[in-house]
Amino acid sequence: MTTASRRSRRLIPALALLGAGALALSACGGAQGETGGSDGSFTYLGQTENTTIISTLETLAGDQCKAASDAAPLESDDISGTQWDQQLQLLASQDSLSDMQMAAGTPALMKEFIDGGKVLNLSKALDDLGAADRLVPAAESTVKALYGDGDLYALPTEFNIEGFWYNRELLETNGLEVPETWDALVDAAATLKDAGVQPFATAGKDGWPVTRLVGDYIFRTLGPDALQKVADGEAKLTDPEYVAAADAVAELGKAGYFGDAVGSIDYNASMNLFLTGKAAFFYMGSWALANFNDEEQNQIGVDNIGFARFPAVEGGAGSIDQIPANVGIPVMLSEKNYDDDAAAWLECIANGYGDVALNESGVVSGFVVDNPPTDLPPTTKIVQEEIANAPSSVLWFEALFTPKATGISQNNGAGLANGSLSGEEFMKLVQAANDEG
Amino acid sequence: MHKVLGDKRAIFVLLGPALLVYSLVMLVPIVWSLFYTVQDGNPITGFTFNGFDNFTRFFQDPAAWDAIFFTLKYALILTVLQVAFGYLLSLMYVFWLRKGSGLIRTVVFFPVVLPTVAVALLFQRLFEAAPTVGPVNSFLGILGVQNLDWFGTPDASFWVIIAMDLWRSMGFYAVLLYAGLVDIPDELIESARIDGAAGWKLIRTIVLPLSLPVLLSSIIFSINGTLKVFDTVVALTNGGPGNATTPLTLYMFRTSFAYGDYGYGSTIALMLTILCLLFTVFIFRSTRRDLTKD
Repeated sequence: MTTASRRSRRLIPALALLGAGALALSACGGAQGETGGSDGSFTYLGQTENTTIISTLETLAGDQCKAASDAAPLESDDISGTQWDQQLQLLASQDSLSDMQMAAGTPALMKEFIDGGKVLNLSKALDDLGAADRLVPAAESTVKALYGDGDLYALPTEFNIEGFWYNRELLETNGLEVPETWDALVDAAATLKDAGVQPFATAGKDGWPVTRLVGDYIFRTLGPDALQKVADGEAKLTDPEYVAAADAVAELGKAGYFGDAVGSIDYNASMNLFLTGKAAFFYMGSWALANFNDEEQNQIGVDNIGFARFPAVEGGAGSIDQIPANVGIPVMLSEKNYDDDAAAWLECIANGYGDVALNESGVVSGFVVDNPPTDLPPTTKIVQEEIANAPSSVLWFEALFTPKATGISQNNGAGLANGSLSGEEFMKLVQAANDEG
Repeated sequence: MHKVLGDKRAIFVLLGPALLVYSLVMLVPIVWSLFYTVQDGNPITGFTFNGFDNFTRFFQDPAAWDAIFFTLKYALILTVLQVAFGYLLSLMYVFWLRKGSGLIRTVVFFPVVLPTVAVALLFQRLFEAAPTVGPVNSFLGILGVQNLDWFGTPDASFWVIIAMDLWRSMGFYAVLLYAGLVDIPDELIESARIDGAAGWKLIRTIVLPLSLPVLLSSIIFSINGTLKVFDTVVALTNGGPGNATTPLTLYMFRTSFAYGDYGYGSTIALMLTILCLLFTVFIFRSTRRDLTKD
């Protein structure tokens, strides 16, 4: 009796230890298999803020993707976009990626995924399915340029072009033509400011609408491969010809063309400035069409909005025909989870996504559209024509930078726009962050 | 009871599981993080040993020095201000408002219970320059000062952060110090008054020395809290304009999680820990010296 109780007494701490250890371990093991795996379902993980992709997929599941959906029903989940890259890193390091998910926001991180063999090579997969021709060439080349190695790793669920949207009425009343050169744009801004109109609506707080101008200016002066050279280490942002671009934008800021306190204006506020007729030009991507086409937000009228390509810089190596473009946040497929079910889904997405996204959500994607809707709003038509006619595209300023340089660049965009940072200071900060690698 | 607690095995059984869970959730990440300080890489590409590269990088990184400088400036200025204002408020409660201080105490303490993000939004609106002009700029406009972009200029945003944190925290320090002041026996103050001490002299010779222990704990609380400031800055300025209001904590967070550089991020975290430790030891030592004097 005594030995038995002594033994059991000895056992208790051991059991307690084991129990606690098991609990802790099971807590660590967590999520594995919940989001990943390819067991009879097709899992998709997206950002909460983006409802277009998931609603398009759901429509497809009941239509073109019916067969794929019957074999492997769509299971979706979403998390907030603010922590997106961090979450993806975590999931990828645990091998728990979903069958399909939105790609990393920073191209540099995507490259790490690609190098780590986490992401499916879609060039090969689409070739095998005979669906390689289902992507719009401009969109395909944009995604390929983004991740470097010449193959396709993400599907362009959006395809956006960027440029200056302008208020036709404000330009006409002030006797201005649509500017085709940078000097004409600066002159137009001066005329507008003198007439008491704010020339540009710009979200300085977010930074990127300012740094986009720097990037575009570089493409216009030095040609479409200028920022690739920086990424390859052949040129530096601190070289005088690059600094000139930042200086050109800083001069707009110093002259007050971005308005008062541009550093406090966020995305929505800048959109509001333009759509209530308080600013004449608005540099933005075509994703803003949803806002332009919304009658409640757009008080200047859809017909009153025009699109101007980013102007040429006289004597520059680039041309006005190279349209800045991006694919928003595209979606990628997991290499590990790619099986017959996922292939069936990929095939029907490639065939049906373009139609459904445009008809249901008014989103221009990078997929071929077979049946365009007949009653497109004028702004959407402009975008479609621009995409169809654009001979080539360029990326944006930070596209090939490290995550840190991207962050530093966008954090300091406001300084450039309100004239508190010179072009040289700005480029020095960004180049230093890029050098750290 | 004594028999049970005297038994080593019983102690082990009672404490073991809790200790194990504690070590798993607290110590393991700390040790893990220490291990990362000599590594380079991230979970996708894998980690490689890089010796003390992260540390040399830290000392040569101008952004890290800017962050240290901001952290120290913020911690020292805010500690002095919030403890001083808290002390003044508590003196006011005890010697001026006396029994009627309840309502004022509640009102001054109120910001402490408000969520940081809500307070930050409130201050963003107060100091707003565009697209709508906030109350502060409207008031300055009446005085003839032109619209000031508070969050677009480094110095101005620094003082807005200080003002917001002071408003948020002085009520807390007032209550903390009030508790210390209330502990001073009334007879002592009475007898000092009879001996002719009043006003500033009474405070300097009687109240201040007797409330010194609680005052020093307030300072330790404050310096440690302010050195680790994160939420107020993120919610109000997000480290901007540029990196002008980026403390070490935010720099660490960005380096690790936004830039995916876990090794260097852990090094920054270690440096912050050492900084907090140095300050605490420094203040503790000065306390001990004071006590031996008594």
